[in-house]
Amino acid sequence: MSQLVFIAFQDNENARYLVEAISEDNPQAEVQYQPAMIRIQAEKRLVITRETMEEKLNRDWDVQEMLLDVISIGGNVDEDDDHFILSWN
Amino acid sequence: MTATKKLNLKQKYQYLTRDMDWEPSYQKKSDIFPLEEFEGIKIIDWDGWEDPFRLTMDSYWKYQAEKEKKLYAIFDAFAQNNGHQNISDARYVNSLKLFLSGVSPLEYAAFQGYAKVGRQFSGAGARVACQMQAIDELRHSQTQQHAMSHYNKHFNGLHDAPLMHDRVWFLSVPKSFFDDARSAGPFEFLTAISFSFEYVLTNLLFVPFMSGAAYNGDMATVTFGFSAQSDEARHMTLGLEIIKFLLEQHEDNVPIVQQWIDKWFWRGFRLLSLVSMMMDYMLPNKVMSWKEAWEVYYEQSGGALFKDLERYGIRPPKYQDVANAAKEHISHQLWSTFYQYGQATNFHTWMPKKEELDWLAEKYPDSFNKYYRPRFEHWDELQKKNQRYYNPTLPQLCQVCQVPVLFTETDDPSSISHRDTVYKEDRYHFCSEACCEIFGNEPEKYVQAWLPVHQIYQGNCGGPELPGVLSDYYHINLGEDNLEFSGSPDEKRWNEMKGIKPSKKDDAA
Amino acid sequence: MSVEIKTNSISTIRNTYSHIKRRFGDKPATRYQEASYDIEATENFHYKPLWDPQRSLNDESRTSIKMKDWYQINDPRQFYYGAYVGNRAKMQESAETSYKFCEKRNLISGLDESIHLKILKYLVPFRHLNLSANMNNSMIAGDSVATTVAQAHIYQSMDHLGMGQYLSRIALIIDGNTGTALNTSKTFWIDDPMWQPMRKLAEDSMVVKDWFELSLLQNLLIDKAVFAFVYEAMDEWFATLGARDISMLTEFMRDWNKDTTRWIVAVVKTAVAESDENKEKLQAWVNLWEPQVFSALVPIAQETVGKDALVNVQNELAALLKKTGLQSTESTL
Repeated sequence: MSQLVFIAFQDNENARYLVEAISEDNPQAEVQYQPAMIRIQAEKRLVITRETMEEKLNRDWDVQEMLLDVISIGGNVDEDDDHFILSWN
Repeated sequence: MTATKKLNLKQKYQYLTRDMDWEPSYQKKSDIFPLEEFEGIKIIDWDGWEDPFRLTMDSYWKYQAEKEKKLYAIFDAFAQNNGHQNISDARYVNSLKLFLSGVSPLEYAAFQGYAKVGRQFSGAGARVACQMQAIDELRHSQTQQHAMSHYNKHFNGLHDAPLMHDRVWFLSVPKSFFDDARSAGPFEFLTAISFSFEYVLTNLLFVPFMSGAAYNGDMATVTFGFSAQSDEARHMTLGLEIIKFLLEQHEDNVPIVQQWIDKWFWRGFRLLSLVSMMMDYMLPNKVMSWKEAWEVYYEQSGGALFKDLERYGIRPPKYQDVANAAKEHISHQLWSTFYQYGQATNFHTWMPKKEELDWLAEKYPDSFNKYYRPRFEHWDELQKKNQRYYNPTLPQLCQVCQVPVLFTETDDPSSISHRDTVYKEDRYHFCSEACCEIFGNEPEKYVQAWLPVHQIYQGNCGGPELPGVLSDYYHINLGEDNLEFSGSPDEKRWNEMKGIKPSKKDDAA
Repeated sequence: MSVEIKTNSISTIRNTYSHIKRRFGDKPATRYQEASYDIEATENFHYKPLWDPQRSLNDESRTSIKMKDWYQINDPRQFYYGAYVGNRAKMQESAETSYKFCEKRNLISGLDESIHLKILKYLVPFRHLNLSANMNNSMIAGDSVATTVAQAHIYQSMDHLGMGQYLSRIALIIDGNTGTALNTSKTFWIDDPMWQPMRKLAEDSMVVKDWFELSLLQNLLIDKAVFAFVYEAMDEWFATLGARDISMLTEFMRDWNKDTTRWIVAVVKTAVAESDENKEKLQAWVNLWEPQVFSALVPIAQETVGKDALVNVQNELAALLKKTGLQSTESTL
């Protein structure tokens, strides 16, 4: 059986960059657009990388900033200064 | 002082939270934390607690203030521009009436529950995570009052939600759910609300339904909904952490937690049946069906989750298969029930229009036309003859979930599922095997249930006559809040607002 | 269906919710009112709590203080959640600027090691008292009835957590983010005889069962005495030692103390004014706890600002108590 992790964001300006960064770092991820929201799912693992986000935004970016836009998640969370990782064992 | 290695984020957060705690010596630990053991849960070492998120208060204030600023700017704009005129259809507002009277009071109860458990654990990391959720839940209850404030000025049925939550028959479904969790011990409370409800089930309410609000032009609701959800991501991480922590601490915890998961999955599933009808029937513009939402947010996500938890000896909730099979039916069965009892609700009901019936048939190819459409078309015929159907007999409520006994057997969608049992010489009735089993595990708890129908019959709701109960005890404004949508004051005002001339019933089915 | 020219019908059909109207009359309500009044469940609870089978959920008898209407006790600051976090976000922004400034200019880390030790011994251990205050207020938020009462207590709880974190950060500045200074400081709290009466008071407060007694003890007696002592008297003492810059890092606490004094005085005053029975009970609790608060401060004062400085602190607390309608015991120091 497949084990999908997912993250959903409000569809706003910040989310555009998040989606771009996530797609770049997780080529296997599937992006779904729904009214007012964007949902991204992937098999087993999904990572958001600070470095990629900072490249996209051209500014410093704190991983916790995504707390402003995230709507929901599925998966175990592992968070540090550089990453936000969702995974299933 | 130059010294040893710099702290990483995780260590630093520990220093900034749980390191403020200390081992007491002037008072006994068991006196400071008297409720930590009575449920039989064994905690060997709170140091094993992984902080589910690492948000210090300064960041919390900063981020939350930013969210609130955005949210209230939208509320203000919504009110100034009379945003209620931009929704898809006035029928939509009825889902908000159910939300404000059914869900918002639960946010408040969650605030109270988390504040309480936020004091009860001897592990400071867990306490702080719970306290943060407590204040978040307060936020949700209050932003919902503010978001609905404008609707309340333009539509009926939203005007007395907290009182109705305490008294109205079907609102005892959500109320008893949270009373059940709050009256349990601290570990069961977290398993119930943080894990089973927040992690496993609330996506079904807050994600597709809020997306639906956006699709129906309701900027205020989608904004508070998604703004609240941004807190929810933290709460969900807490939900998963508490379960893993309990299971890792001691093997004796496994069967206790399993029984709680079985119970709270089912309690939550029954509660969410209200959401199923909001999605399939009360959103004029549809985003996805309840069945589709259940498949994505429970079968897929829950499946992945329970596979992950297998290594601890946890299996999926006992009655999961019954719930999965019921996705074909519950929204239709519940809407039928509320349609029949539309005289006793603070929101309006109606028969779906032809294109809506077609949508339901398409989304539910195996059940809708076969079991539900004929009944709906029959009721619609009656309505056209000015004989709109209302059921005058009060329903039998399930002793545990308090939903009327209306759901059907898994293997036979035409026969009502009903169980009963005798406890201390009294007979109790249930909607399902699962509810009957929950009762059997804690009969002394569930015999106490304040069942609204019994209470009416016993004369505890302001008199023997139903209209008196509805108007004086429930505070339902008769002829305004209740009954059929078509012909209601809400519909009349909406038509005036939109310049719609009342039409004959020919666009209905 | 035919569409005609749209008529203007945006007039409202009611001003506010029915429960707000019953309380304040039929007029538009404030956000504080709609967020804070009568949204809490009051009746028809389904099950007695397993942890307190004698009472129901939201039971008014979890304190022996009695009010005909608990919503009479409200918050002069009119803090609902949004107003609260907005206010604290501003306070934290200015605190953040100060912390960054001190770090950049080495204003704290550059102080003498002997001063560092004094900071770790006399100032930083108060973070543990913040933690017991955090727990106490979380309990009160869970046990008290009426949102106007409960919400202010969860704000108190989170505020104390935040202030404990600020004090901890001072130690992290001193030890260069390694945690060694925090370990040193904690040892004083656990073992140093000077701290033991204070630690005992903290632990004793955590077993108080009556939530109103606990709020009086924590939010009026302990907080007002401790904050005046630490962030006024001791602050001046640090300045005389050449550590004036510490003030920049505790400005948040002074602002906070001012802000919450208005609130807790209003809370206690309303309960006192309700009945003679309330007044007697509250006075008895003052008589019980006030001397213990000052006994706990004496040894710390003796090693720092001198015992005499406590007279001022006591006079200030006595003035606040007088405003509420109660009397200080004016115990001999």
